Amino acid sequence: MAASLAAASLNRILALVERHAYLLLKSWPRLLSMAYYPTVTMILWAFVTVYLRPTNNFLADAPGLFIGAVLLWDILFRGQLGVSLTFFEEMYSRNLGNLFVSPLRAWELIAGQLLLSLLRTLIGVGAACAFAWLLFNYSIFSLGLPLIAFFVNLIVCGWAIGLAVSGMVLRWGLGAEELAWAAVFLLAPVSGVYYPIAVLPGWLQVIAHLIPTSYVFDGMRALLLDHTFRTDLFTQALALNGVFMIVGIALYMWAIGYARKHGLLLQMGE
Amino acid sequence: MSAIIAPLSAAVIEVRELRKSYRQVGAVRGISFDVARGATTALLGGNGAGKTTTLSMLLGVLTPTSGTIRILGEDMLRHRYRVLPRINFTSPYVDLPKRLTVGENLRVYARLYGVEASRRRVDEVAEELDLGDLLNRPYGNLSAGQRTRVSLAKALLNHPEVLLLDEPTASLDPDVGDRMRTLLEDYQRRSGCTMLLASHNMGEVERMCDEVIMLRAGLVVDQGSPAALRERYGRGNMDEVFLDIARERNGAEDAPSASDRTERSVS
Repeated sequence: MAASLAAASLNRILALVERHAYLLLKSWPRLLSMAYYPTVTMILWAFVTVYLRPTNNFLADAPGLFIGAVLLWDILFRGQLGVSLTFFEEMYSRNLGNLFVSPLRAWELIAGQLLLSLLRTLIGVGAACAFAWLLFNYSIFSLGLPLIAFFVNLIVCGWAIGLAVSGMVLRWGLGAEELAWAAVFLLAPVSGVYYPIAVLPGWLQVIAHLIPTSYVFDGMRALLLDHTFRTDLFTQALALNGVFMIVGIALYMWAIGYARKHGLLLQMGE
Repeated sequence: MSAIIAPLSAAVIEVRELRKSYRQVGAVRGISFDVARGATTALLGGNGAGKTTTLSMLLGVLTPTSGTIRILGEDMLRHRYRVLPRINFTSPYVDLPKRLTVGENLRVYARLYGVEASRRRVDEVAEELDLGDLLNRPYGNLSAGQRTRVSLAKALLNHPEVLLLDEPTASLDPDVGDRMRTLLEDYQRRSGCTMLLASHNMGEVERMCDEVIMLRAGLVVDQGSPAALRERYGRGNMDEVFLDIARERNGAEDAPSASDRTERSVS
């Protein structure tokens, strides 16, 4: 009984994935745009590295510092966009009503969004990684196994933000759509993507220590400069991500409840 | 598919004292009604009477302020997911993804509803609704009539025991509208499905419905078969009955109150 219920759940999650796969696979502009921005940003930082490396000790020791940072940052950004855009697609196409009267549960919708985000991230960041290797002879896999730890923490943080943004758009309508593009960038200054958070003013450092991504990028620098994987930073990021995920899911579920209470599910759309 | 002919007997939809208020405004103000198994029942009323609000609550996409809804014997507010696989709906207020083809949309929804042998079922439904030539066309490129047929195809994929139809033939020309009604009647004959529809088309109501529930300002103001209502109001057709009730004339102001209606529908 439990096995058949689980199989039915998985089937519904895969139905959502199938729906978005149809959309992605038949639209080369969508596929291209998923790879385009991470690749162009990577190229930009790679040339900054080429320019600064002869005069900079850090970059001489760790030439992948900026390229690795920008690729890891895109895991967070693509992870968040993947969750939000999947939801927005349903709103744009006025399909939310159909989904919410189907047997698809809210948690299955979330699982589908996360799975699609993973696919979008792998496509987008994967292309940028390939170009980094082809054009600049830099392989993100040179980070070794810690790459998995960084990836997990960054994508989970992106998921949490993506779910919170989806909830806010469900609550306030597509007018709040800009949040999808802006939300992650709020974290950028305090994440220490390209610099240690020690350079921030004291009060910003306090905020930075509440953000899981700051530990990930500190961990990346420790790995590249000191050749050490800091498990303390990894576990701190993981713990904070747990809190972020709980808050993200709670906000999303609250927004779905609000939408049910106020009759928004059949009205949402362009 | 084998024919399942069910007798008009026990209520499949039971609504009791259903209310929905937005702040102080009552959109639905304590309505009660039953829909018998295999029956086709219409919710009629002017704009803002509470038809779509009622259907939305029955579907579980709108939380009632109070009241109970039982569909197929299950409490819809507590066990929505036991019921949703067994019902379906169409509404002009929702759409299907426009960039997906008709076939892709139907396959996705067949999977969402856990339909067995889903590809075969999609082909069956496409044949029944004459959609064979449209399966490879993007949904967004279809005419309004074609979209309505696809929407109905989506609604029939899971062999629903209950169909909730919000203005099923709105914006269709008379020819396509007539074909839609024929399709729905055929499906009901074959499956014994129970249908509750909100409509402004009185011809449709007279043709299809065994029972009519008249709503005004969120209340049930009258109820009966189309023939009984015509007789009660001394009118030759449902258009005139509708106007009498909507404009509270010709005795309609004396129509039974919501509480009277509850007693009648329960008894």
